[in-house]
Amino acid sequence: MIEVSGVNKTFVLGDSTVHALADINLRIEQGEYVSVMGPSGSGKSTLLNMLGLLDRPDNGRYSLNGVDTQTLDENERARLRREQIGFVFQSYHLIARLTARENVEMPLMLAGVPAKERHEAVAGILEKLGIAKRADHLPNQLSGGERQRVAIGRSIVMKPALLLADEPTGNLDSRSGAEVTQILENLNREGITLLIVTHDNSMGDRARRRIRMVDGAVATDKTFEHVA
Amino acid sequence: MRLLDLLRFSILALRRQRFRSAMLLTAVGLGVSAVVILTALGEGARGYVLGEFAYLGTDTVIMIPGRKETTGGMPPMTGVAAHAITLEEMEVLQRAVPGVTSLAPMVMGNGPVSYKSRERDSMVVGTTAAFFPLRKLEIAQGSGLPELALGEGKQVAVIGQKLKEALFDSGRAVGQWIRLRDYRFRVVGVLAGSGDSFGADLSEAIFIPVASAQAVFNVHGLFRVTLKVKENYQVEAVKSAIAKQMQALHNGELDVTIISPDAMLSTFDSILRVMTLGVAGIGAISLVVSGILVMNVTLMSVKQRTAEIGLLKALGAPSSQVRTLFLTEAGLIAAAGAVLGILVGHGVVLIGAKVYPGVPFATPAWALWASLALAIGTALLFAWLPAQQAADMEPVDALGKK
Ligand SMILES: Nc1ncnc2c1ncn2[C@@H]1O[C@H](COP(=O)(O)OP(=O)(O)OP(=O)(O)O)[C@@H](O)[C@H]1O
Ligand SMILES: [Mg+2]
Repeated sequence: MIEVSGVNKTFVLGDSTVHALADINLRIEQGEYVSVMGPSGSGKSTLLNMLGLLDRPDNGRYSLNGVDTQTLDENERARLRREQIGFVFQSYHLIARLTARENVEMPLMLAGVPAKERHEAVAGILEKLGIAKRADHLPNQLSGGERQRVAIGRSIVMKPALLLADEPTGNLDSRSGAEVTQILENLNREGITLLIVTHDNSMGDRARRRIRMVDGAVATDKTFEHVA
Repeated sequence: MRLLDLLRFSILALRRQRFRSAMLLTAVGLGVSAVVILTALGEGARGYVLGEFAYLGTDTVIMIPGRKETTGGMPPMTGVAAHAITLEEMEVLQRAVPGVTSLAPMVMGNGPVSYKSRERDSMVVGTTAAFFPLRKLEIAQGSGLPELALGEGKQVAVIGQKLKEALFDSGRAVGQWIRLRDYRFRVVGVLAGSGDSFGADLSEAIFIPVASAQAVFNVHGLFRVTLKVKENYQVEAVKSAIAKQMQALHNGELDVTIISPDAMLSTFDSILRVMTLGVAGIGAISLVVSGILVMNVTLMSVKQRTAEIGLLKALGAPSSQVRTLFLTEAGLIAAAGAVLGILVGHGVVLIGAKVYPGVPFATPAWALWASLALAIGTALLFAWLPAQQAADMEPVDALGKK
């Protein structure tokens, strides 16, 4: 579903140039579970943002589900993000004035889905993620793990094919981190393509396919038949 | 996004920034209430003036001595008309100009009016019986001035309601003799009502036959003449007939000014309309100033909510939707401010109307709609730039900022 070839991204800061993505070639099939690891500044987030259409590469080709994204205008990219891609961020990015339920509903609301249908769609997700009891709480009344579960709920409410998670457990203690990982893996088992950027080796090693980035390039890309 | 969701989302956002919202609400509210109040003042003034003219009716013509030169040139050095308008000329006019049914000459003065030990300084109007119906003044007790020949004096007087109370309290005035300067007059009638007309309170005036007033004040010329135009005669035609006649009487010199309230009415009307628009414009300026505040507040809001904008984009909101969100917030607050302003302004206008019952203060409907539209329009216009800034943000950059 993902085909990246010859993609570069450079940042110019003053007179230093950073090669955040250096000639990336990547192919990811529908339903894969991929972890992206590597030292800080190696371009993991840049890669994820590029795959999520939040950022544009300087050159190269990126096709998502057969659509060449480099020719799309901003509206069409927004549409792909809305319909095909879910994001989970390290810092949750919940809207503080909205309740957990409303945060999960947000993509549906933006898409113009009527309130009644939204409630029905969201109820099941809240239940599945174990935050139904917290539905009417504001984000600041929730624990970190609960917040991230709300964020995951929001990322899957549009039933995307691709889920991109940038250090989803980075702000969590090990127990709630493990729960969140569990949730993401369950979603992958149901068919969603899952890409997780992480610094945590034990988490990265749970993925069947493990990509290691160094200096903006893919250093290793291994697929394991049996997972620990 | 559905309208209801859009409104709810915006209201929640506005409630988060209570202080800024309150500031905007106040600014827009002040601007709108300024428009409401100022136009009410303008319309009140217009209504007041028009109401005064309405007393005269549209079939009357007023003649005053002297001529206002509108063609430029030096005004007459003496500052007074070469020829006064005399009663004799009015007799000629009555006979010679067929379009005139009745005329009420006026001689004005001031003098002490006394009854027994009570005395009042009063406005004295020397006129004829025709004056009362012409000015739509009603007689409460007794009768109006008697029908006399124009040059005929008689020691009778009609007095205004307040003057009557000042001299007689609740006692009977009709039939009593009162004194004006060295002359004695018998009261034949008392005016009804307040008789407020052209700023002069006629209820404090005394009316005597014009020839008698000429004797009391030792004047020859008339202060003003009100003429009633006969039915089926064109006011303008009668006006020029009068002018021609006066010119003939004054040795070919046209040195009187003839005005028809009808024409003046429309002149005043348009002048006062412009004035109302002018003051409405002043109010509108404050609305535009509030627009600048809207821009700043929206800019601040966009800066502060950059991460939220990034999130919305990540969730697939197109640029136009992000712009709509910020415009909706600005438009909503402006609408709320406008409604508040209309309520407050309306309250002030109502209080004004209570305090000055004589002036018909009222905000015209167009001013309400215009101020509402202007408030929302200005807000949207000024919020456009920051909203567009939000819409144009790159998703990664916006998300990265905290
Ligand atoms: N907007 C930007 N402007 C300038 N340089 C940037 C920008 N974004 C990323 N970079 C640079 O690009 C490189 C890759 O950054 P990226 O965020 O992808 O790293 P990362 O692997 O996610 O690191 P970390 O593990 O710390 O999150 C870094 O050197 C970073 O400084
Ligand atoms: Mg990163």
